Amino acid sequence: MKRVVVVGNGMVGQRFVDALRARDPEGRWRVTVLAEETRPAYDRVRLSAFFDGVGAEELNLHTPDDGVELRLGEPATAIDRDRRVVRTATGEHPYDAVVLATGSYAFVPPVDGAALPGVFVYRTLDDLVAIREHARGRRTGAVIGGGLLGLEAANALRLLGLDTSVVEFAPRLMPVQVDTAGGAMLRRYVDELGVGTHLGVATTAIRSGADGTVAGLELADGTVVDADLVVVAAGIRPRDELARAAGLDLGPRGGVLVDGACRTADERIWAVGECAAVDGTCHGLVAPGYAMAEVVADRLVGGAATFPGADTATKLKLLGVDVASFGDAHGTTPGCLDVTFTDPATRVYAKLVLSDDAKTLLGGVLVGDASAYPTLPGTAQVCSCNAVTRDDVDAAIAGGCADVPALKACTRAGTSCGSCVPMLKQLLDAAGVKQSTALCEHFDVSRQELFDIVRVRGIHTFSALIAEHGRGRGCDICKPVVASILASLGTGHVLDGEQASLQDTNDHFLANLQRDGSYSVVPRIPGGEITPEKLIVIGEVARDFRLYTKITGGQRIDLFGARVEQLPQIWRRLVDAGFESGHAYGKALRTVKSCVGETWCRYGVQDSVGLAVALELRYRGLRAPHKIKSAVSGCARECAEARSKDFGIIATDTGWNLYLGGNGGFRPRHADLFATDLTTSELVTLIDRFLMFYIRTADRLQRTAAWIEAMEGGLDHLRSVIVDDSLGLCAELDAAMARHVESYSDEWRDVLEDPARLRRFASFVNAPDVPDPSITFTEERGQPVPVGRTPAPVALGMPEVRR
Amino acid sequence: MTTATLSWTPVCPLDRLDPDRGVAALVDGVQIALFHTADGLFAIDNLDPVTGAYVLSRGIVGSRGGVPTVASPLHKQVYDLRTGICLDLPGVSVPRHEVRCRDGLVEVRLRQEG
Ligand code: SRM
Ligand SMILES: Cc1cc2nc3c(=O)[nH]c(=O)nc-3n(C[C@H](O)[C@H](O)[C@H](O)COP(=O)(O)OP(=O)(O)OC[C@H]3O[C@@H](n4cnc5c(N)ncnc54)[C@H](O)[C@@H]3O)c2cc1C
Ligand code: SF4
Ligand code: FES
Repeated sequence: MKRVVVVGNGMVGQRFVDALRARDPEGRWRVTVLAEETRPAYDRVRLSAFFDGVGAEELNLHTPDDGVELRLGEPATAIDRDRRVVRTATGEHPYDAVVLATGSYAFVPPVDGAALPGVFVYRTLDDLVAIREHARGRRTGAVIGGGLLGLEAANALRLLGLDTSVVEFAPRLMPVQVDTAGGAMLRRYVDELGVGTHLGVATTAIRSGADGTVAGLELADGTVVDADLVVVAAGIRPRDELARAAGLDLGPRGGVLVDGACRTADERIWAVGECAAVDGTCHGLVAPGYAMAEVVADRLVGGAATFPGADTATKLKLLGVDVASFGDAHGTTPGCLDVTFTDPATRVYAKLVLSDDAKTLLGGVLVGDASAYPTLPGTAQVCSCNAVTRDDVDAAIAGGCADVPALKACTRAGTSCGSCVPMLKQLLDAAGVKQSTALCEHFDVSRQELFDIVRVRGIHTFSALIAEHGRGRGCDICKPVVASILASLGTGHVLDGEQASLQDTNDHFLANLQRDGSYSVVPRIPGGEITPEKLIVIGEVARDFRLYTKITGGQRIDLFGARVEQLPQIWRRLVDAGFESGHAYGKALRTVKSCVGETWCRYGVQDSVGLAVALELRYRGLRAPHKIKSAVSGCARECAEARSKDFGIIATDTGWNLYLGGNGGFRPRHADLFATDLTTSELVTLIDRFLMFYIRTADRLQRTAAWIEAMEGGLDHLRSVIVDDSLGLCAELDAAMARHVESYSDEWRDVLEDPARLRRFASFVNAPDVPDPSITFTEERGQPVPVGRTPAPVALGMPEVRR
Repeated sequence: MTTATLSWTPVCPLDRLDPDRGVAALVDGVQIALFHTADGLFAIDNLDPVTGAYVLSRGIVGSRGGVPTVASPLHKQVYDLRTGICLDLPGVSVPRHEVRCRDGLVEVRLRQEG
């Protein structure tokens, strides 16, 4: 058996190991991996997702394998080519082959203060953990470097709540990828996000403050930029120190010099990934690195693969701005022609670089709308992380891949940053592949079909449903779906009998689970209108139970930090004062926000608060495939932001305009105008039918916007169903809503009145008087907050940086 | 941190366990998650190893490919109730404990493993 020692367990090192193991089922090679980092390989490309709550586990790329010895935290210190061993601080590893996969390090320019506490690079998970730690309680941040990585880091600092600036030495942002005009367009987007830019100026020093940590940057033009935290993203340099010390040749700009087989002049030593200079050129993207890994794996089992060259296409989903650059973006091909297009109104900039006969597309830059990207020909890359072209995907589909997971397994597209997954879906659609709608391994049907089965067959329990129409015991996907369907069809209290076992913990305890195992309590405050007496009760309850109190984005008040056994006591006080559950925990109606409207506002033309209260009371407790939100504005100035809601209402001089299918969240979308100048009763009828039709036919966790988008015929079809009654469904929908309104009762009160349900609210079944000792608080800004916050936060819908 | 015992500790009457829904129990200072499903009684640590919160007793139980499971209520990783092994994340598991029913009483014995 021969031994290969892999130095570095980054993205490419791991890919090499996977590729070799796949090609070497007989185990001819014994693999030892020496890793400097203390965690196994993870997805560096998706590193920034860490700040959106994606934990280290989710980024992990390594699967344990008996044929591979992974030595974490044991960096290689030297290669002894005479004795054929790789040395580490603790021992020696004999080899027949060495694969260097040491990646790059972040280049830090030699300015004063670069070593101050609070100055970071942006390369490893540990860097990000340290950045998050340092950002806590601080206000300002700065990034040195306005390239891809710098902008990604700037967005991360912004998400951490820092007022952020970017300093770039070149006269435009992303100088490598975009041209001057594209850079100017990009800057406008970045400005608008509140990220400051200082272009065409060098950083001359990093200054410290009174506490010895970083306080700001001094620029060459005399400007001082405040920064309590600094990220240096000024470029990367290959880690070629082992090769250099071993007397191997380096590329002209560093990197381990290798030939097209990724082999150094020493036939036993190979280099892959960012540390390799293939024929003299280093590649700073993951796709070429993966290609090198495959080449070396093939060579070690006797193949003759060579590095095919790299596509430098980059695609960046940055701060909500699309930036794409591909091929010869700067037009360096002799005689080439540029076609540029700038639209200040929609703020799109595009440049295409064509061959001198204008027949061949050589490259281009797109800022603002990169959707033109996938219409490129079959050789265009769909997945830039894994160098997968449209042809590759189409071939896989033709070869039988029928869904995204299959495409991922077969082509590896979509397995790194994930930003190409929507495109994979589009390509499947384009190829006419119908994707499976099975809910999970227990049910082969979609939520909509399940809803019809339950309704038409009159099934009342999960056990009957799974026995007749499914298999196994259910899971955390199908159980809450069925619970929601049963609730929508009005089959009693959500905690009755078997239904209790189907609920997510939030519905089970009628409160929202927090990261430390405590819960939050949100009483309903219809329309955001509240009396002073009720405000005082909320204050008293919060004080007496020592709850953290916050005004939510939904015009009501959230009380955090309640233990399970405290919930009924808290509800008792609230219910006695006239409050009820606000269903913040349910896939249900949340809030109907309002603006103050004609009662007070000098512009208001209708009573927006009155309508919001009436709507919230009508639809409270309505369970749905996802949460439902609404708002009512008293005039076209739209202070209630109704157009960002599932159903939004805006007053007109003569009635109400109804907008459908809006949401904020991950993918914000404005609602579309559906009907105008409605009377209040016409309006309510339309909303009744809209909601009931949605509840019946939408997919699991599909909000109304996505539901309408997926509907054949879209808004027009919806109009034909709920206005013209084209399906003859309206009477049924109306009756279903009437039943809902009639049967509503407050879920908190119902629990308080029922000892059997109350019994569930105990800390420990055998020690109900002992509070959970793991829930403890410390104080922040005068209020209790959880101590020892854990590393993996509960993910909220936040924008995500991608390229 | 766990004090291991070799004795069986009575915890509660069997009918205090709702079918397919967990409860938390304190046994020798250790937080246990107890479940009663159609596949029997199960006991694992209540501590979710991924988030550090004591919440596994509040997860949804079910099955995956015939294996009885519970999903963490925080981030939904699924664990094999019989072994405590996480089916979604390689190398992650929770300690499991022994559990039985005697004369209508559920009894738990902590396992020695740390
Ligand atoms: C408390 C609150 C933040 C605040 O302090 O202001 C909040 C907190 C949570 N939001 Fe929110 N959202 C809150 C207003 C919003 C808003 C603003 C609004 O409603 O006007 C939005 C954008 C509007 C929208 O939904 O379209 C919002 C978009 C989200 C999303 C993204 C939804 C999407 O379609 O992409 C999620 C994730 C989800 O539901 O899947 C989410 C999920 C959550 C969850 C439930 C996450 C979770 O599962 O633990 C948070 C826990 C709530 C709790 O009480 O423990 N929250 N969330 C707000 C409660 C409003 C209320 O009174 O009910
Ligand atoms: C925030 C961020 C975003 C990115 N986004 C993209 C993107 O969208 N698209 C894209 O194509 N690329 C992107 N990249 C670049 C991409 O991550 C790299 O190209 C890729 O990780 C290179 O893989 P590698 O294995 O060569 O190096 P690395 O992943 O850096 O791994 C090298 C490993 O070797 C270890 N090592 C070094 N020396 C030794 C030694 N002597 N002994 C043992 N171990 C050693 C290092 O600690 C490291 O763990 C991004 C990078 C960052 C930091
Ligand atoms: S939306 Fe109109 S009525 Fe309502 S507060 Fe704004 S300006 Fe006034
Ligand atoms: S996974 Fe990143 S583009 Fe496909």
